[in-house]
Amino acid sequence: MNLLLKNISLPLADFSIEVDVELQSQVTAIFGPSGAGKTSLLDLIAGLRRPDSAFIQLDNRVLTHTAEGTLVPPRLREMGYVPQDLALFPHLSVRQNLLYGRKSESRAGPLFSFGHITEVLEIQPLARRRVTDLSGGERQRVALARALLTSPRLLLLDEPLRSLDEALKAKIIPYLQRVRDEFKLPMLYVTHDRQEVLALCDEVLEMRRGRITKRTRATARDWPIINNEL
Amino acid sequence: MTAEEWQIVWFTAWVSALSTLLLLPLGLAAAWLLARRDWPGKSLVQTVVMMPLVMPPVATGLILLKLLGRRGPLGRFLHDTLDLNIIFTWRGVLIALGVMSFPLLVLSARIAFEQVHPRFEQIARTLGAGEARVFFTITLPLAWRGILGGMTLAFARALGEFGATIMVAGNIPGQTSTLSLSIFQHVQLGQDAQAYRLLGVSVALAFLAVWISECLLLRPRR
Repeated sequence: MNLLLKNISLPLADFSIEVDVELQSQVTAIFGPSGAGKTSLLDLIAGLRRPDSAFIQLDNRVLTHTAEGTLVPPRLREMGYVPQDLALFPHLSVRQNLLYGRKSESRAGPLFSFGHITEVLEIQPLARRRVTDLSGGERQRVALARALLTSPRLLLLDEPLRSLDEALKAKIIPYLQRVRDEFKLPMLYVTHDRQEVLALCDEVLEMRRGRITKRTRATARDWPIINNEL
Repeated sequence: MTAEEWQIVWFTAWVSALSTLLLLPLGLAAAWLLARRDWPGKSLVQTVVMMPLVMPPVATGLILLKLLGRRGPLGRFLHDTLDLNIIFTWRGVLIALGVMSFPLLVLSARIAFEQVHPRFEQIARTLGAGEARVFFTITLPLAWRGILGGMTLAFARALGEFGATIMVAGNIPGQTSTLSLSIFQHVQLGQDAQAYRLLGVSVALAFLAVWISECLLLRPRR
């Protein structure tokens, strides 16, 4: 996959997001402390926010080009988004949530079949339940499956394991690894947890106050700990 | 209760219900635009929408009378092109009730829409939903309780409307006579028994409207 994020400029409350990168790894981490602008960057990529200036291109499709007034709406960007608070629709059942984004003809065919995804994420027994009845880990997997079932070209994950305890994180990370390996789906993974980056990602971009401050391969050797705390 | 009195009750009930239902499309549209969009003139529109709530009803009624009378800008058009009279007809009652209860519906619906977390709508868009689908499958279902509350308030307001109605439609027996207008007239004429009967029906109607809303429709989930 090839994601161009050129001349991105978005003013926030305290600082401005200024990003200019080209991403080609399968799983790229955006790593940084809270308030660094990571969620806003994902929102820009998903088309949920309008930047002051930006050129965003995924593979050979221009999604945002402020100079020419192009802003492809989110529903046409073919991206899956798993937000920080999951945003599972509370008035719909699990099954209705899962099928919300399902198109009648799936671009990727059997690779993203309902049965396959629910099997990989082990959520088949949850179909008839209300989302309010689910445990934290179950909600996480349902939110992930819901995004996957749209057969996206790119998966955006915003701190998907943030509100989980260590035991639960250890349980969910293998699911994410399976999604990565079975579906070969490009992912942008926002987190402030180093272990998640090392377990799942090929490359890591450090982000601080709206800027990418460092870019390296996501291995312990190439990305040593400089400070112990964020 | 006499047949005439039942006619008054029936008329009041159906014209209030019709007025509330007819307000829905415009009311929800206005509420959504005020809740979810910013546009030039928004504060002005918001203020104008709220005016009938704070102005004296007879004052609002006078404005409607001037607009909708045969010589008024709207009234003349309706009379000449559509052969439609508004003043002193049930249509006048309908419009008076609608205008007076509109702000209550818009206010409640706006608050209801504002309480739907925008994140749900955003995620629905990333899942491929267009604006119409987002509205009907996400925003509206998550806001329905507040909207229903607004409809109840609007209906109750319509049931009890007096000031604007008497200006625009008068109190023509069998044609534009509502519960409120009749009670007032009976008291003026010293006809206490009739007034109290209609008072009893008013109370019963109002109670019924709120009770249906509260107990049956707004029943807490589980």
